[in-house]
Amino acid sequence: MSVVTTSNGMKRVVIEPVTRVEGHGKVTILLDEQGEVQQARLHIVEFRGFERFIQGRPFWEMPVAVQRLCGICPVSHHLCAAKAVDRIVGGENLTPTAEKMRRLMHYGQMFQSHALHFFHLASPDLLFGFGSDVAQRHVLGVAAAHPELAKQGILMRKYGQEVIRLTAGKKVHGTGAIPGGINKNLSTDERDFLLADLDQMVAWAEGALKIAKDYTVDNLDSVAGFGSFDSNHMSLVRADGAMDLYDGVLRAVDKDGNVIFDGVDQQDYLDYIAEEVKPWSYMKFPFIKSIGPENGWYRVGPLSRINTCDFIDTPLAEAARVDFMSLTDGKPNNITMAYHWARMIEVVHAIEKIKELLHDTDLQGENLVTKGKGRREAVAILEAPRGTLFHHYKVGEDDLVEQANLIVSTTSNNVPMNRAVEGVAREYLSGKEITEGLLNHVEVAIRAYDPCLSCATHAMGRMPLVVELVDAEGTLIDRKGKDTADVG
Amino acid sequence: MSTQVTITIDGAEITAAVGQTIIEAADAAGVYIPRLCHKPGLDAFGGCRVCTVTANGRPCSACTQPVMPGMIVQNDTEKLRDFRKTLVEMMFVEGNHFCMFCEKSGGCELQALGYRMGIDVPRFPFLFPKRDVDASHPDILVDHNRCILCARCIRTSRDVDGKQVFDFVGRGAHKRVAVRTGTRLADSDAEVSDAAVEACPVGALLKKRVGYTTPIGARRYDHEPIGSDIENGEEN
Repeated sequence: MSVVTTSNGMKRVVIEPVTRVEGHGKVTILLDEQGEVQQARLHIVEFRGFERFIQGRPFWEMPVAVQRLCGICPVSHHLCAAKAVDRIVGGENLTPTAEKMRRLMHYGQMFQSHALHFFHLASPDLLFGFGSDVAQRHVLGVAAAHPELAKQGILMRKYGQEVIRLTAGKKVHGTGAIPGGINKNLSTDERDFLLADLDQMVAWAEGALKIAKDYTVDNLDSVAGFGSFDSNHMSLVRADGAMDLYDGVLRAVDKDGNVIFDGVDQQDYLDYIAEEVKPWSYMKFPFIKSIGPENGWYRVGPLSRINTCDFIDTPLAEAARVDFMSLTDGKPNNITMAYHWARMIEVVHAIEKIKELLHDTDLQGENLVTKGKGRREAVAILEAPRGTLFHHYKVGEDDLVEQANLIVSTTSNNVPMNRAVEGVAREYLSGKEITEGLLNHVEVAIRAYDPCLSCATHAMGRMPLVVELVDAEGTLIDRKGKDTADVG
Repeated sequence: MSTQVTITIDGAEITAAVGQTIIEAADAAGVYIPRLCHKPGLDAFGGCRVCTVTANGRPCSACTQPVMPGMIVQNDTEKLRDFRKTLVEMMFVEGNHFCMFCEKSGGCELQALGYRMGIDVPRFPFLFPKRDVDASHPDILVDHNRCILCARCIRTSRDVDGKQVFDFVGRGAHKRVAVRTGTRLADSDAEVSDAAVEACPVGALLKKRVGYTTPIGARRYDHEPIGSDIENGEEN
């Protein structure tokens, strides 16, 4: 944390880096002379530029190249790009073996990523309290105080990584999904290896769900309003309304559950979603076109998926969903901290799906790839652990990518995270002496969204580079930037 | 006159046929000498210098130097290992070799040599040259970013395919492989069935739309380092 006094007498508190999130970001909080919070923003300070440098590369490289965006959920980018290039080669109607292997990879990914976030990143806040001693408030503190829980977190993550290894070839950055299919099936030995620990994983997933639920329900008075606000929600759903993390149609609902759009074909996303660029962040700001940039922002991710779907097609997760929705009488749940509970419902769903797939002999099939009449433009949408992920490619006659657009889930949660940051800052910091524990409240609100900041930085051409000159007393003397008017 | 000669490689005596090069004799005896431009079936080229050994104390490329009676060859010495590693590191920094998403990964001879030599990070700064991709041909991709100027495509097209699709242009640091009949591969008589397409040791010349069809674990160098086939006495 650092505190700088600005030229107009305001104080700027900077939290940099934001800890226990994927990637690098910072928060700035402006306080007036009375210590009241005037503004709080989450800034994404990394820059990736993938959309530009994949131009001129052959389309079949996309699933392997673009997944390098991320080391946490590369499978999401791998599969989303693969779904897009399926269409480029006319192979979007996958063989049963190919689709099920990809789904297995994806559920493995969902399982490990959610376990990582819940146990390693979020649990210190939930177990010890938001303002607890910073010396204990980390994963090693959890390991010391709750060794069994820490072990479960590590082994659940490992299990998900093993699922990925056996479907993609490697635990991180594999090559399993290729245009029109996959490059390997699952041998019976590999299947049996995964089956050996499966029941234990189901049990631990249910245990994690209980912790997340109990935490939310037991602390409802304090968490219900914590960084919470009404919002729209969006996700893919299966054509029959079931939760579907790999494929489906787009659905968006408002804060009360009224449908904004439904049954939207993935190829038509640009008719419904647009993006706005702001100078103070590398992230873009997507919004629902029919509502406009001011109020058309929406949330994505576990909370939104539970809110948008009609049901979940696995029994344990469906029972948990019904339980979850009863808290808000069947209406969308807009409690930011309920993301953790929703995330653990998905952990249960993912492991139930893995179980279903491991008992399906299609995984041992030999028919791995299909191809048909190709196209030069394709869109794919996938539900990544953190929310809806869009990949859109245009390919030239020479097979090289001409244009790419990626909207990652954290980008969609950009406005919501900023809302949460501002809400928490105003409530917890205004008029108080700023302490590390209070500042952690701001980070807790960000962590609920499990943002992946490295994935989310694609805005091109508006580099918000700022240079600040501060004197020995910490007073800001001068500031220069490409777009100083909006830097704040 | 005898058709056999005896030479020593790193102190071990081996029998070689008159007319063989050092690298051919070593291969036959199960001794691996690292190489990139050398390919059995093509005339010796001596371009990459990775197979440099000393013969009777003088440095030479093992792929071009014929054996001579009583020749004393040094191959696996610390000095030569470092010399070859330096050459391979220079190849890595001279082009744009992004193994992490190259479809030749696991089957690339340059990458495999890097692993065998224990190259973690090149000691030289990356040059990040601006190079072109020629995707004009409907079935063949040329990615100059990955070319190491081994001339295997040039020699294979000329000597095996009988076509002369490729040739070198430019000199020194500006040397590159070009299409003889125009600026694009689409302007040539190259076909995807040409042996030249398979001759590239790296990912510079590729059949289009093959990509990552071979799963990780089944790729050529996934389990054994490059040169193991020679050391194990297998056909290479």
